[in-house]
Amino acid sequence: MDVINLITTAEKVPTAPAGLSRRSFLTASAAAGGGLLLGLHLPTRAAAAGTVASDFQPNAFLRIDRAGAVTFIMPYVEMGQGTYTSIPMLIAEELEVRLDQVRLEHAPPDEKLYENPLLGLQVTGGSTSIRAAWTPMRQAGATARTMLIAAAAAAWRVPAAECRAAEGYVTHTSSGRRFAYGALADSAARLPVPEQVPLKDPKDFTLIGTSARRLDTPAKVNGSAVFGIDVQRPHMKVAALATCPVIGGRLADVDDAPALAVKGVRQVVRLDNAVAVIADHTGAARKGLAALKIEWQEGANAGFSTDEMIEEMDKASRQPGVISKEATHGDLDAALASAATRIEAVYQLPLLAHATMEPMNCTVDVRPDGCDVWTGTQVAGRARAVAAEICGLPADKVVLHNHLLGGGFGRRLEVDGVAQAVRIAKQVNGPVKVIWSREEDIQHDIYRPYYYDRVHAGLDADGKPLAWHHKVTGSSILARWAPPVFQNGLDPDAVEAAAGPYGFPASKVEYVRHEPPTGLTTGFWRGVGVTHNAFVVEGFMDELAAAAKRDPVTYRRDLLRDAPRARAVLDLAAEKAGWPGTAGPRSGLGVAVLFGFGTYLAQIAEVAVDDDGGVTVKRVVCAVDCGMTVNPDTVRAQIEGGIVFGLTAALYGNITFRNGRVEQANFDSYQALRIDETPQIDVHRIESSEAPGGIGEPSTACIGPAVVNAVFAATGKRLRTLPIDSASLKTA
Amino acid sequence: MSYRITVNSLPKEVDVDSDTPLLWVLRDVLGMTGTKFGCGEGLCGACTVHLDGVAVRSCITPIDSVGDSPVTTIEAVGQSSSGSAIQKAWLEAEVVQCGYCQSGQIMSAAALMAQNPDPADSDIDDAMSGNICRCGTYVRIRAAIKQAAAAQKEG
Repeated sequence: MDVINLITTAEKVPTAPAGLSRRSFLTASAAAGGGLLLGLHLPTRAAAAGTVASDFQPNAFLRIDRAGAVTFIMPYVEMGQGTYTSIPMLIAEELEVRLDQVRLEHAPPDEKLYENPLLGLQVTGGSTSIRAAWTPMRQAGATARTMLIAAAAAAWRVPAAECRAAEGYVTHTSSGRRFAYGALADSAARLPVPEQVPLKDPKDFTLIGTSARRLDTPAKVNGSAVFGIDVQRPHMKVAALATCPVIGGRLADVDDAPALAVKGVRQVVRLDNAVAVIADHTGAARKGLAALKIEWQEGANAGFSTDEMIEEMDKASRQPGVISKEATHGDLDAALASAATRIEAVYQLPLLAHATMEPMNCTVDVRPDGCDVWTGTQVAGRARAVAAEICGLPADKVVLHNHLLGGGFGRRLEVDGVAQAVRIAKQVNGPVKVIWSREEDIQHDIYRPYYYDRVHAGLDADGKPLAWHHKVTGSSILARWAPPVFQNGLDPDAVEAAAGPYGFPASKVEYVRHEPPTGLTTGFWRGVGVTHNAFVVEGFMDELAAAAKRDPVTYRRDLLRDAPRARAVLDLAAEKAGWPGTAGPRSGLGVAVLFGFGTYLAQIAEVAVDDDGGVTVKRVVCAVDCGMTVNPDTVRAQIEGGIVFGLTAALYGNITFRNGRVEQANFDSYQALRIDETPQIDVHRIESSEAPGGIGEPSTACIGPAVVNAVFAATGKRLRTLPIDSASLKTA
Repeated sequence: MSYRITVNSLPKEVDVDSDTPLLWVLRDVLGMTGTKFGCGEGLCGACTVHLDGVAVRSCITPIDSVGDSPVTTIEAVGQSSSGSAIQKAWLEAEVVQCGYCQSGQIMSAAALMAQNPDPADSDIDDAMSGNICRCGTYVRIRAAIKQAAAAQKEG
């Protein structure tokens, strides 16, 4: 049975009725053909006013029709992290259905119905999905199960307590009579929604906590999975495009003729800052684009370079910043004054592109009375809103068809590609699929900010830290992406985890906002602020341990007395890695510890450094406590993948500008880790009954510092900047 | 110009310029979207297909170089014993994350298996290092290839 119905369902999905009030409790209404429709924020108006359509309304997380088909509507997108298995596991556990009885649909845009309660809008990101869904999705399943049992009990005229639900059936235990859920859907839909339903005791879970098979995998190994880039529409054209290579520059002039001379090319479209060639197939579009001689108006950034930006950031970092009250306490100056040893350092992290394997793409059909958008996005509501704005249409005239994402990593939290595709489509008759080349993808990304951090610590005579001062200088993502969160000049993401899990006697964390020129936009990247700060904190902690002449593991361990879960992952990683190991010539182990996204993680990396300074990461041992776990194999997969993603950045990741242009272009100049460079990765998970933590990002955050600390163990050379500069590690 | 090619054992005729990459013929002209676009320069392997059983990057394979050589794509690779063994191992090892690169990974692995039923780690490195996975599924790709090899040996 095909358990995922992702390919065409989005096209059947109408937008949710406008003007419905948000409800924070569960309610139900009759659905397609008289089924049970259930949702946490489900508007009651449809049921009360009797406006139930014969077609289904997707204002819910699950739907059961009379034929017994169980459909879950996925509020969090699948971009590889396994949500299209773990979220169904939460619902199915309480609904009492098997995963192979379930079909999945992408949720349509609706900021109220499908809001991520941790982030306040319809967004998948920040390793929040399981934390956000843990209770609501189980409630959705449990409420449905309770109502189905009630419906069966009423039909049999027996107490509900005599009935039990399992595998899509309600059974009357003493008589053995049973109803399939489908047979109960109609009557269950007429029942009042219970205000509170009991959730299962975790000890009774049969699905949650198991390594259930992923539901999205079969379609992804036979080529049938449909990503945004795979959309096909009748009479669709395709577009290849070139954006002004100088950031912020504009189109001056272009002669269409050379492109139009290419067979299959239909049209050349001009935007303010880009040219798009519209053709029957992408081969023709790319050939046509390459034939064009485009004149650009390079504008104010024609001389911009990252070197110049870094100099300015150095200057900015000497100014006082905005204090993070959360991470600032004690009398720092007094503590520093009393210190036996003081240490200062500057850590720097580069601009990074996301380079999702699926390049940016968006298919759009603009008509006078409406617009359809097909894409894969982490922010469906925003994607629809930007399309509506550019088309000058009300949002309900724009239908957003979401898809599987060929990688997100934060890139698909942005809607710049949607906006650009809509602008192109406005000039094209009929649907057009816009695909960015890899070069466009890397040279016109929304980059992870450059960070220039100053850290300063004071140690007592025993080497124990008395004072911690961390000043972050960088651009603010949140000031642009979520302005209400940017309060009083402080970007909470930029300073997240900037004092680590250690609880220093005196601590000061401050932030200096420094924006690059307009045209260079910065955004979220896997691990967000935590990834940047973990590198600084764990790198500097290693320096403190060295200054104290202490072992890096035991030094940290002593500081984690009040953080037993952090201590436990550190101990486990050290044990499994055989810490401190037997250091060979130019090889060694490095450690990093993290509390982020509600998860505790420790990693130990083993590296070897050759005479040319080449760094090989041979093995990574990771211990994790992410609280209660929905799918242990998914946790393992996310840790493995996150480490590879972070290693790519540690070894290679660097976007640089010269003359206003990005100097990297494709996977030759913006390299990604490959299979022959991938270390052995050992993951050890601590069983826990604590609240679930996020797992998509912590391992990315931890690997960079673990590797540079291992390089220090191997060579005595302290690296405070990524990517690793091999030249600095050459033997003399 | 018109070209006759054989894709997954079926004859196809397409009318495109001679330098049109096979990738876009498959995806845009024939509507077979299982083969993916990743880089356009033969650097990432997402577009890997088999030409005469050999793994090639379809994004840099012009249509006029295909000739009579049969083209096999992800949509039909499961019809060969090596392809089917690889797909099965991919499922058992839960290799896939976002999945976008996996068509290309599976095509490279299936070509390796067909040619070398018992690959050593270095053979896997050689055959698979042209395929990038940004989700970082490499550990499992290696495990799955070994699993498929073991299964074929038994089977």
